[in-house]
This record gives sequence, C-alpha cells and structure tokens, in this order.
Amino acid sequence: MKSKLSRNLYAIPYALWILIFVVAPIVLVLYYSFFDIEGNLSLTNYINFFTPVYLKMTLSSFWYAFLITAFTLLISYPTAFLLTKTKNKQLWLLLIIVPSWINLLLKAYAFLGIFGTYGTANSLLEVLGIGSKQILFTDFSFIFVSVYIFIPFMILPIFNALDEMSPTLLDAANDLGASAWTTFRRVIFPLTLDGVRSGCQVVFIPALSLFMLTRLISGNRVITLGTAIEQQFLVTQDWGMGSTIAVFLIIIMFVFVALTGSRKRGM
Amino acid sequence: MYNFESFTLDWYRELFSDTRLLIIVLNTVVVALLSALISTIIGVLGAIAIKSVKGRRSKNTLLSLNSVLIVSPDVIIGASFLILFTMAGVKLGFYSVLLSHIAFSVPIVVLMVLPKLMEMSPTLLDAAYDLGASRWNVLTKVIIPYITPGIFAGFFMALTYSLDDFAVTFFVTGNGFSTLSVEIYSLARRGVSLNINALSTLIFIATIFLVIGYYFITKQYSKSGMGGKK
Repeated sequence: MKSKLSRNLYAIPYALWILIFVVAPIVLVLYYSFFDIEGNLSLTNYINFFTPVYLKMTLSSFWYAFLITAFTLLISYPTAFLLTKTKNKQLWLLLIIVPSWINLLLKAYAFLGIFGTYGTANSLLEVLGIGSKQILFTDFSFIFVSVYIFIPFMILPIFNALDEMSPTLLDAANDLGASAWTTFRRVIFPLTLDGVRSGCQVVFIPALSLFMLTRLISGNRVITLGTAIEQQFLVTQDWGMGSTIAVFLIIIMFVFVALTGSRKRGM
Repeated sequence: MYNFESFTLDWYRELFSDTRLLIIVLNTVVVALLSALISTIIGVLGAIAIKSVKGRRSKNTLLSLNSVLIVSPDVIIGASFLILFTMAGVKLGFYSVLLSHIAFSVPIVVLMVLPKLMEMSPTLLDAAYDLGASRWNVLTKVIIPYITPGIFAGFFMALTYSLDDFAVTFFVTGNGFSTLSVEIYSLARRGVSLNINALSTLIFIATIFLVIGYYFITKQYSKSGMGGKK
C-alpha cells in the first residue's frame, strides 16, 4: 500500500493543477452563468443572450472573424507556396515567424503610430495625392492589423503541409497531362487541406475573442465576443452575463473545431 | 513624434529615471522566471505521470484536459481565473498573476517534454533496474538527463509565454500590481508617446536575445539527437 502511494506521489502536483486550473474554472464559469446581476439563480442571462442586441453582436463578431480568417488565408497560402519554392526556405520562414515573437501589444502600438493622423500611412497618401484620411478606428484598420498579426500562424501549418508533400506527386500529375491549375486543384490543395484546417482553427477562434486590438485599433467600434466578455467582467461587473457569453464562446469553439478538424495535430 | 529634428537618447534617459516603470519591469521578470521554473517542475512531473498511465482512454482524457488551457481563448482563461481567485479568496496582485502564469504554462511544458519521454526506449529503464538502480536513481540518472532538451525547451517556452501574456494578466491583476504588457496597454490607450517607443525597442532587443539563447540551447542538445524540431 505504502509503495503504491509513494509511487504516485509525484503525480500529485499535476493532478492538483488539472483539478484547480482546468476543471474548476470551467465549472465556475458554467455556475456563474446561471446567476443574474443581483445574484439570484435564474436563466435571465441565457434569455438575454437571445435578444437582438447580443445576437447581433455575436453575428458581427462572426463576420469579422470570418473576414480576418479569409484574408489571412488568401495571403498566407500563396506565400507559403512561394516559400517552398525558394532556395533558403528555412531562412525565409524564420523571417516571417520573427514578428510573432514580439509582443502583440507592441505590434498593435506600432500601428497606432503608422495609421495615426500624422502617421506614415497618411504621409504616403498625401504624397500620392489622395490626401489624408481617417484610417485608425475604422473597420479597415482593425481587419488589416488582425490579418497582419495572424499571418505567421496561418503560414506555418500550410508551409509544413506543403513541405511534406512529395515532389514526385507533382511530376506524376504533370506526366499524366494535368495542367498547372488541375494539379493545384486535384493534387496540391487536397493534400494540404489539413494544414489549411489547422491554420483556420488557429486564426478563427482567437479572432472571435480578440479584445485588446478592438480597443486600441478600432476604438470600441468593433465589438467581438471577447470584448463583450471583458466589458461584462471588468467594466459592468456583471459576471453572470460575462460567463454566459463565455459559455457560448466555448460552445462555438468546440463546434468549430469539430467542423474543421478531422484529426487534431499537435501545436 | 511627427516633427523629426535630430536623434536623441532623451526618451531612454526618461525611461531609466522612471522608477515606477523599472519596478514593473522587475515584476514582469520575476513573475516570468518564477512561473517558468515552477511550471517546468509541475509539467515534467505531469509528463512522467501521463506516460505512466496505462489505458489508452485515460491517457487521451488526460491529454485533452492538458490542452484545454492551450486552445481556449485568453479572455475565457482570464475571466474564469478571475472568478476562481475571487471565490478562493486569493487577493488580486502578485500571487494571482504568478499562479495564473504557472497555470497556463504547465500544459506547454508537458507538450514539450512528453515527446522526448515517449521516444525513450523502455529497455533503458529495464537495464537501469536490472543493474540495481532505485526508482529515484532511475529518475535522476536516466530519465531526467534523457529529457533535458525537452525540459529546457519547455522552460523557455514558459518564459516567453509569461513575458508575452497580456489578456490573462489583465484580468487577474488588481490595483497596484502591474506587468509590462498591462502597463503598455494602459499607456497606449492614451495614445502615442515616445517613451513607449523606447521601451518597445528594449523589449524587442530582449526578445531577440531570448530567442537566440533558446536557439543555441536547443541546437547544443540537438547534437545528442533531438529530432522533430526543424
């Protein structure tokens, strides 16, 4: 008995970690979602969530996340494709990944300077003769900066998928008379679909829950689910409603992962 | 900011004379180092525990529980930890930030260590036991040396995650305690000011050094056969 106990003694810290920081928080969020702002047990939060205000917010959050994911994919796929064709591909890949090491806040902050009224972007527009425009605090700036931030996370899985693909497959497709477009559509794309899927997962879910960027770059114009949660918890102090939105975000996350992932790859 | 006249180091001077900011930098570093250290210990023990689990089902359950904190959005982690700490009566401040950083670094360490542990041949352990090693000896003389590259990788990842984190810290930091990213956020909300630029440059340089350090440490160990990482 003693030996069995001491054998498993080392597992205790990890088990405690799972219990306290993985299981308990989820249970607590679920528990709090059933309390209204006065602390009474009720379903008010869930009923409120299905009022037009919250539904509209959820839909717009989805729309922005979709746009961000789509643009990121549009830029990343060709980039990853070109990367595999270059000579020093590991070096180029490294250069693309470097920005992801820098704190997200600093990148957002840098764009405050670039997009500001007297910033670089506006000076460029002046030179081109378009004249200065309000760039910061618009939908455009929000989507632009988000796409910029998520690109490395999208390129990486796609690059890996493309890199793993055997070049003999392309030769075979060529030999059998496939055009470049057919080769891409029938051979390359299906084989890299897993990479695209995990890339979309890595982008879409964080895009739904962004809250710092919405505040800094879009000046509260864009409200995502993440912004709403932060607002409810830290500003309105309505933890019940915040928890309810969090519950829905978790559900959405699971549905999205189930829809896009055939099998999960390690991060 | 927009009227360039000449180069100056004034902003750096201002930065270094700002004691409040220096204390915040110190806080950030202390939290990062402590949380990386503690989460590495818990994570290594956890990885060993996961490996020793026999059933396939329970192993998969453990692995998915492990990855919950990696896949969930920061906002949810932050909000749920805020509830947790308030319920548990932990005062928001240094300890709540430290605990939450440990919490979200543990699964990363596990993921870095587990592959090394899995590729270790079981015959090594059998040989050690045959030669009369105690369990403790096996752990310290065989297992730990073998998985050292994974441990270092995990430690550095935990360090960067902690330094990088904004969202979770933002939720669980109370009044009075602040880390660098939270401070930058509150400064940036007030608009562009040049001492943030100076600060950003310093952080950027520090990040680069950290990455180079990480690169060389993994490279050094890769000679002893650390595969998988390109």
